Amino acid sequence: MSAQPKLGLDPEAVRKARELARTAGQPIVELAQQHTTVSVERATLRLAGLSGADPDGTPWVNRLVDAVRGDVDLDHGVALPVWDALLRGDAADLHELATKASVGSARFRIPEGDDAKRAEAAAVEPIRAGIARIDERRVERERLIATVGDAPRTPWIYLIVATGDIYEDIPQAQAAAREGADVIAVIRSTGQSLLDFVPEGATREGFAGTYATQENFRLMRAALDETSKELGRYVRLTNYASGLCMPEIAALAGLERLDMMLNDSMYGILFRDINPVRTFVDQRFSRQVHARAGIIINTGEDNYLTTADAVEAAHTVTVSQLLNEFFGREAGLDDWQLGLGHAFEINPDVPDSFRMELAHAMLARELFPDAPLKWMPPTRHMTGDVFRGYLLDGFFNLVGALTGQGILLVGMMTEAVVTPWLSDRDLALQNVRYVMNAVGDLHEDFQPAPDGYVARRASQVLGESIDLLERIIAHTPSDSAGGLLDAIADGTFGLMKRPADGGRGLDGVVRKAEGYCNPATDVLEGAR
Amino acid sequence: MSTTEQDHRIIRPYGDTTGDGMVQLSFTLPLSSTTRAQTQIAEGAAAQLANKMGMDPAMVVHAKAMGPDFTFFVVYGRVNHLVDVDAVQVVERDFPLLTPKEVNLAVREGLRRRLTIVGGCIGTDAHTVGIDAILNIKGFAGEKGLEYYREIRVVNLGAQISVPDLVASAREHQADAVLVSQVVTQRDAHLLNTKEMSAAFSEAYSEADRPLLIVGGPRFDEMMASELGVDRVFSRGTTPAEVASYLVHALVSQRKQDR
Repeated sequence: MSAQPKLGLDPEAVRKARELARTAGQPIVELAQQHTTVSVERATLRLAGLSGADPDGTPWVNRLVDAVRGDVDLDHGVALPVWDALLRGDAADLHELATKASVGSARFRIPEGDDAKRAEAAAVEPIRAGIARIDERRVERERLIATVGDAPRTPWIYLIVATGDIYEDIPQAQAAAREGADVIAVIRSTGQSLLDFVPEGATREGFAGTYATQENFRLMRAALDETSKELGRYVRLTNYASGLCMPEIAALAGLERLDMMLNDSMYGILFRDINPVRTFVDQRFSRQVHARAGIIINTGEDNYLTTADAVEAAHTVTVSQLLNEFFGREAGLDDWQLGLGHAFEINPDVPDSFRMELAHAMLARELFPDAPLKWMPPTRHMTGDVFRGYLLDGFFNLVGALTGQGILLVGMMTEAVVTPWLSDRDLALQNVRYVMNAVGDLHEDFQPAPDGYVARRASQVLGESIDLLERIIAHTPSDSAGGLLDAIADGTFGLMKRPADGGRGLDGVVRKAEGYCNPATDVLEGAR
Repeated sequence: MSTTEQDHRIIRPYGDTTGDGMVQLSFTLPLSSTTRAQTQIAEGAAAQLANKMGMDPAMVVHAKAMGPDFTFFVVYGRVNHLVDVDAVQVVERDFPLLTPKEVNLAVREGLRRRLTIVGGCIGTDAHTVGIDAILNIKGFAGEKGLEYYREIRVVNLGAQISVPDLVASAREHQADAVLVSQVVTQRDAHLLNTKEMSAAFSEAYSEADRPLLIVGGPRFDEMMASELGVDRVFSRGTTPAEVASYLVHALVSQRKQDR
């Protein structure tokens, strides 16, 4: 990774930008600490070992959480009433309790005094065992990388698979790995982010992608383990911890040894119209799980540039990266786990577009020297002219090679035309290989002029980011969380207006009561 | 009346000489090219396909193995087909293209109030790039979007709007027109969503009161309006001015004639 600073950024400005991100983010952390959600509580039950679904396909974790909520609300968390019921002998285990609760033959209460202490103690054990399994999977990954071998270089080459059928995805993913992919991402079915449950089992039907389920995770990871051994390098698997079930999917990813997860602090709010509070609460828990599991998160800043102009909105990317870094570190992620996103989306007809792309990419590199940045290819200005698109992807790869990006999502010349064909992927990988090979270590020789266009542009974007963060903080607080929530409500990011009391999933947010108990959070935060 | 070349145009593709009929083509065949013999067979198979597609002679200029089981080809060659330009059918723009000023004037004089449009992406489609290009003031292809037009009130609902919410919003805002963008086309989602949308509006409104229904997206066929139950389909490359001009044509000019 290019450790040498080249842009001559003002260290005082960099420090200030980080400080402002903290000031903007801290009230959100406090907001997240004051609330829980149905998905956080379901994730807790998943960590304790409850899996499976009823004959209608409704997961048992949903059944049990809904039943508890109906009896005593969730403001004390699900752990106390559930393990209290188990201790009272209502059922032998979580599965039986969920079955009974779903037909109304289990009753829940909030235990008090010694009963509460006993319930908590009983809950801690299985939840800790679930987190220990995540720890084991992390060790297993490290061992496999040590014995099988790692990706031969950075950036890691990231390819997407999306058939809708896990049994079709598997051979495609294995083929993509053989063709050179270091990371396989299985795109989710359109609309899964808005489901308030995680589907069960192996799935063969999806729209423009495959459902994220525990079984699909397991099948794909097992197949890629085989391919990793065949190729002599560990092939990483990526999925999405986003949408309404972020915490649960993070838990499942940890249990099934996924390696990277898309997980952005604001994407769901802006692009899926998910309630901001729900998103921030879910996000924090999911990142605590990712931190524990050794999973690298990929943030979604590229999306801002698909709706706003990539020149005018360049600083919103930087601001979002700074916020994602703050929230990520606060949740326990190390810098090597922060795959901060950015994208090559400037209109190619704009003069000096390449110089600006270079400046933006170098800015991200220098602001976050130890983060494996995720570099996303052009989509917005890709057209049916696949020849022009191929050239654009070449320039995208050139920036990637020149600026030490950690993860490179391979651009397809047919981006605007079809889901990639076999030949599209092959041509795209040839493009990447040619550029990487031809450029070599050119970054060693490449030093932008101290006061030249690239350096000035990078400083300008950093300056605009500081201005925006100051404006965010100055937003009149509408409630305790203030600034950032109001800025989101005003359409500051990606031009979408998302008020804190609107959006999907709001009814799944619960303010914690005095005496709230969640052993999973306690263990993840190191308090236990 | 004299028949000119423009009236009965018969043409061939153009490589570097009029009438040479040259085209290029690329495709993949499920054949191995790992040995010399296999490559020869694969190239022969590619030439055979090109021949059957009407390319003669067909030159297989590039054959590359993609993994053990597939080969990718680039073929150049001459096609023997003739194209009868007169037999081509298109939806011609049947309304005059107006400037924003002319649109504002026509609305002001014709409706004596602002024209309201409600827009969004329906179903699970999260790609707002199309609707934003038409509606956002930023616009598209150097043209300002409909928000820029003083006499047009734009309600942009954004992504993933359910059909019932769209209908409710159209009612609430007393929309003159509803604009829907659909980018995702897997399993014909764009067609199914559009039909669901038009059916819901037919259900909720009487035919006379129903807002004008306009759908757009890169993969739509402009001929399909009646099949989809909408008033107009706009395809790839449509600019905000075209949409604004159509709105004036359908909601102001034509309505005046109907009276």
